Amino acid sequence: MNIVVCMKETPSTTAEKSFTADMRLERRKEDAIPNPFDEYAIEEGLRQQEKNPGSTVTMLCMGPATATDTIRKALAMGGDRGVLVTDPALAGSDAISTARVLAAALTKIGYDLVIFGNAAADAYGGVVPSAVAEFLGKPLLSYASQLGIAGDKATIQRQAEIGYNVVEAPLPALVSVVKSINEPRYPSMKGIMASKKKPLDTFSLADLGLDAATVGGAAAREKALGAEKVSTQRKGEIYVGNDGAADRVVAFLVEQKVL
Amino acid sequence: MATEAKLETGAAFLTTPVTEAHFLTPEQFTDEQKLIQESAATFIQREVLPKAEEIRHQEPGLMPSLVKKAGEQGLLMIDVPEEYGGADYGLVVSALVAHEMREASFAVAHGAHTTIGTLPIVFYGTDEQKRTYLPRLATGELIGAYALTEPGVGSDAMGIRTRATLSEDVQYYILNGAKQWISNAGFADLFVVFAKIDDTKHTAFIVEGAWDGISTGAEEKKMGIKGSSTRTLYLDNVKVRVGNVLGEIGKGYKIAFNILNIGRLKLGAGASGGARAALDMAAKYSDERKAFGHPLHGFGMIKKKLAYMAADVYAAESLAFRTVGMVEDARVAAGEDRQAQLAAIEEYAIECSIAKVYGSEALARCVDEGVQIFGGYGFMDEYPISWAYRDARINRIFEGTNEVNRLVAAGTLFQRAMANKVDIFSVFPEIDSQVSSGTAPDFATAETPAALRESVNLVERIKRAAIYSVMKGAMKFMTTIRDEQEFLEYTANQLINIFALDSAVARALSAAREGGVDARAHELMAQVALLKHFNETRAAMEGVLTMAFEGDERRQEIARVRAYLGDPEADIVPLQRELAGIIAERGGYPLK
Ligand SMILES: Cc1cc2nc3c(=O)[nH]c(=O)nc-3n(C[C@H](O)[C@H](O)[C@H](O)COP(=O)(O)OP(=O)(O)OC[C@H]3O[C@@H](n4cnc5c(N)ncnc54)[C@H](O)[C@@H]3O)c2cc1C
Repeated sequence: MNIVVCMKETPSTTAEKSFTADMRLERRKEDAIPNPFDEYAIEEGLRQQEKNPGSTVTMLCMGPATATDTIRKALAMGGDRGVLVTDPALAGSDAISTARVLAAALTKIGYDLVIFGNAAADAYGGVVPSAVAEFLGKPLLSYASQLGIAGDKATIQRQAEIGYNVVEAPLPALVSVVKSINEPRYPSMKGIMASKKKPLDTFSLADLGLDAATVGGAAAREKALGAEKVSTQRKGEIYVGNDGAADRVVAFLVEQKVL
Repeated sequence: MATEAKLETGAAFLTTPVTEAHFLTPEQFTDEQKLIQESAATFIQREVLPKAEEIRHQEPGLMPSLVKKAGEQGLLMIDVPEEYGGADYGLVVSALVAHEMREASFAVAHGAHTTIGTLPIVFYGTDEQKRTYLPRLATGELIGAYALTEPGVGSDAMGIRTRATLSEDVQYYILNGAKQWISNAGFADLFVVFAKIDDTKHTAFIVEGAWDGISTGAEEKKMGIKGSSTRTLYLDNVKVRVGNVLGEIGKGYKIAFNILNIGRLKLGAGASGGARAALDMAAKYSDERKAFGHPLHGFGMIKKKLAYMAADVYAAESLAFRTVGMVEDARVAAGEDRQAQLAAIEEYAIECSIAKVYGSEALARCVDEGVQIFGGYGFMDEYPISWAYRDARINRIFEGTNEVNRLVAAGTLFQRAMANKVDIFSVFPEIDSQVSSGTAPDFATAETPAALRESVNLVERIKRAAIYSVMKGAMKFMTTIRDEQEFLEYTANQLINIFALDSAVARALSAAREGGVDARAHELMAQVALLKHFNETRAAMEGVLTMAFEGDERRQEIARVRAYLGDPEADIVPLQRELAGIIAERGGYPLK
């Protein structure tokens, strides 16, 4: 089985964020990491490879030329090869142009199973997987908290408010995963050593036969108008004394569905 | 830095002006090195720290299983050559891994295995010995240990009494004796054992733990690193094949001393990591704990402690990785020949000893103040800082006590000076006239950032005043130097602080040029380190002069050095307050 994991390079969640005049996130190489949500996609790809002997895993990333280091980080976890799509014309891509590019890259490299994280930690759009599915005309099994492959069929459990739905689709299919699906491994030193020897190809727009006018900033239909820091101040409520405090705590926990 | 074509000579820091770091700093680690560092840190976080309690109680089988797990990850193969199943990643990576160890008992088990247990075979083994043992040491299938110390001898490693006698059929050496406080002894499969053939020829042997005649005593009950296995190893007519003699007969002490240089350096890198962990714990606690209605880090005296801890970590880390970089460059430049590599490493014996002493003492200061910041909770077993405090203590004792390492640093300086390998004689006349006239030139340049101008000047004046006082002492004591240990200690203390301060200021100069969010933290840590070590460094100079002179001459010499050194103009208090503010804001050591 040809498994492709789509992974984005994002700034570390703890890095200080800043924006350009046209409200693009300034990306600094030293802050770049694999999108934390994609770690679950990578892990799932590797687990499916282990369960389906003879499969290969390709890490596919669209990003700046320096994102090869981020792909190597993913390859240090496992997998067989990396593909970076990079082109100056891609700067300023919105979700739809990103999806167009990924779809073209997937068509070029071939796939049976494509796995995504369910969003990226920088933009939180969450539409890329469905847009890629649309471009490819292939089914998307979204929000998977469990994935099984049997024959040429993929079956997932889709997390729902209460319980889960079981959804299946024929391969080739796309799957987006949620965090509860697995516990991502961390790269071992052996994995890091091995990753150095894995092939990593770089494609430009021309390699994918895409017209620069249809992608990147040139074609972007989303515009970021503003950005503001989230206030991380925690709200605390203190109930004092024995008088009803316990009841209020219990009521709160029930309301939060903890109890 | 592998890119640096010219290798630095040992102890050159004493006579070379401080400039931007022309040496390895943590800011220069490659992505791959950082990834390995992160991988090791995650391993410790996920596999080791959750078991800290069980480790301390020496749950049977736990420590060897963790060492083997580390082997599965590749953390035992870093220094082993590729042709024998290793990664051959070199010292930068192995020092970085040591830096991330965090759980001290595991760190000792890991270090005893990878450094003193494995490296003697890497550097001195025959091809057959390497083929037999290294691949299994690299995976953790075999766990290694190192047996030099005996009940009667520790520091005096030449005085060992374990005997090796050639069997009549000349196929075996028969070993008899006892080795004391051997780390990993409880589960090790392989021991590098030092013994004397015919009571004279100091020789190393590779001894398998399963052989007849090998046994171990009970686990020692220790003050700290309680999870580390420490036992006596008994050798009772153990038959060791002649093929298992390691290195040359009669030259075993060379193995002991040369491998120690690397061991000391890694200990220094590891200690700086431990010190950093203590600061992180204390910083976090000082934010959570309130007294008189305020978080602890609002109090000036707590700020001072946090700032001093950060400065200690910064200096320890800077000098350790500087040395790691120099040693690794020299090792690589020496080519494939392992003996040539060791000779190249020996060039930096002074720096390796300093890394060990400064690292272990910075760690000691940090865990001590760490406990203090935790107050009564710091004295309670449930709080990891109390364990950090106990665990830190051993670092000043093993891998050569800090006294022995001070003797090595100062003694080597004089040996190198006599052999014209360090320039203190040729620069002395000019320094003498500068100090005698009490006027120092301005050592800062147009590029020196304003905040570091005084630091640059102080470091340079300290170096010159140190050469002055040490040379005055040497002229007086040269023939009796062995009987003047206090002079050697004063000398070593100056060397140690100079290397620390030179490394810290140089790193801060580089950070200032790079700019960025961390530049101010670099600057403050270098300045605080400098101001806090200034008085004790001057005291060491005055100690030498007090020993070497009497009466008016003594007063005059001391006055000269004082006038030349001058007093720092900067007030340390606002600096330490600002630094503590950054520590509080970032929740720990200010750098990544
Ligand atoms: C937990 C633990 C683990 C250990 N692991 C190992 C191991 O794996 N393998 C191994 O071989 N050994 C090991 N050791 C032994 C350790 O290396 C020795 O304890 C150390 O070398 C010091 O020797 P000593 O204890 O005999 O002290 P001594 O040599 O008796 O020293 C006592 C004191 O005198 C000072 N002193 C000694 N000589 C001089 C001098 N010339 N000038 C001035 N001062 C001097 C020392 O600095 C020290 O303060 C371990 C020890 C401990 C406690």
